[in-house]
Amino acid sequence: MTGGTIQLSLARQVQVLAWRNIRRTARQPASYVPAFIFPLLMMSINASGLADATRIPGFPADSYLDFALAMTFMQGALFATTTAGLSLGEDIEGGFLDRLALTPMRGAALVLGQLAGAIVVAIAASCWYLLVGVTFGVRLEAGWGGVPVLLVLAFATALAFSAIGAFMALRAGSGEAVQGLFPVLFATLFLSSATMPRDLIEKDWFRTITTWNPVSYMVEGVRSLIITGWDAEALLRDAAVLTGVIALGLYGCSRALRTRLART
Amino acid sequence: MTGYLNAWMRTALAVAWRHLYKWIKVPANFVPTFIFPLVFFTSFAGALTRIGEVPGFSYEPGYTSFIFVFSLLQTCLFGGLATGFTIAGDFQSGFARRLMLVTRHRTAILGGYVISTFARAALMCVVVTAVASVIGLRLPGSIVEIAAMYLLALLLSVCGTFWAAGMMFRFRSPQVAPAMQIPMFTAIFLAPVYVPIGLLDGWLRTVARYNPISWVLEAGRSLLAGAPTSVGLAFGLIAGVMLVLGVWGVTGVRSAERAG
Repeated sequence: MTGGTIQLSLARQVQVLAWRNIRRTARQPASYVPAFIFPLLMMSINASGLADATRIPGFPADSYLDFALAMTFMQGALFATTTAGLSLGEDIEGGFLDRLALTPMRGAALVLGQLAGAIVVAIAASCWYLLVGVTFGVRLEAGWGGVPVLLVLAFATALAFSAIGAFMALRAGSGEAVQGLFPVLFATLFLSSATMPRDLIEKDWFRTITTWNPVSYMVEGVRSLIITGWDAEALLRDAAVLTGVIALGLYGCSRALRTRLART
Repeated sequence: MTGYLNAWMRTALAVAWRHLYKWIKVPANFVPTFIFPLVFFTSFAGALTRIGEVPGFSYEPGYTSFIFVFSLLQTCLFGGLATGFTIAGDFQSGFARRLMLVTRHRTAILGGYVISTFARAALMCVVVTAVASVIGLRLPGSIVEIAAMYLLALLLSVCGTFWAAGMMFRFRSPQVAPAMQIPMFTAIFLAPVYVPIGLLDGWLRTVARYNPISWVLEAGRSLLAGAPTSVGLAFGLIAGVMLVLGVWGVTGVRSAERAG
């Protein structure tokens, strides 16, 4: 019997690790059930509490529920950050990553595979948010054609936030650092145009913050499909911001991974 | 009796001092307790000012002051919940069990956490008030009325501490953190957060009417505005909630004692 190295393709490596990650995530309901419940709870509270916001002249929707639905996708992506980061943190602390380093596994496969579980949860949650929203009267101005675009944006947003969570886990070597990141990312969501359109924000300093905050463009892109229809400018800005964040996040992961792995 | 009280207080103050010291010395503990309240306040006061122009909304001090009271209560309540994480960490490290061996006044341990959280909440109130003042907070109420508003908020921190301590002394694990946080998070948001209760719509209006925090919030806002209403009811409700959650906390300590 001859010895030899079985060299899997990158796609196959990603598939193997992704499947492992997805199965592990599925076995921990506590890690994903909040992503299905909490954003909708907040949306319900905000839709009821801020219903009168639609009476502000120039408000772009007749129902605050239509307006608020976009924020749920961002919150779902936030949960993806911690899911991805905690999962990778566990693997680092448990030595799994070090053992993988002894195999021919490529760095890209390690990173992408680890993000799979979080992304699957985020996509499933996004479908859930859309279903609940439509059940309670939300209608996409972009029509049925907007649904796949919305889900692609949700996927990209989840990938962007998951990459940030994975980067933190790789840098710190633990899941605790990712938990410390959650308040910061939560802050960026609330310091965006998630609760009020930027042109209706009265406070100049806050409008400036939301204009510089990339999350505002992520929210506005998704929201445009729901309340406006096909807004090319909003969608292109969202795509540009997501591309930038994903690129930075994955680049950061690859650099952090190189430092983290000890290959012998 | 005096000796018992002295010993109880010494234990409580020792626990309180340790808790405060750890909070200040460890940035990972110190910073997040400020981030959430300040972010919520900044985002609501920054983004939602135009809600104050909605027909039917009349609050003389302005929308920034209106939302400030909510942020104050939220800061104090969440400060109490943060203590739950500390207790869970103490059990994880084994310190809590050693502490319970050292003193026979185990309820003083709970007392110590309450005292330290109260002090921490007072400091956080100062910080939130300072930030709010920069953004446009107005305090037309008298000194007594404003002091009563802060007292309501600080008593809410005691409620949060009793709840969190009761959970963590019973379960002694950080894994129940979501079960600890979500009820309180939900409770404070099922209140007239963004608009007065009269302007709420649908199911939230019904729920808010029966939520004790709604009455505390409305009383706090009326005190800030210098037109106190239902203040006695608010303090009565807070006292009642403190009593119930105090029993929850003490029985949690007893549960930890029995577990050994």
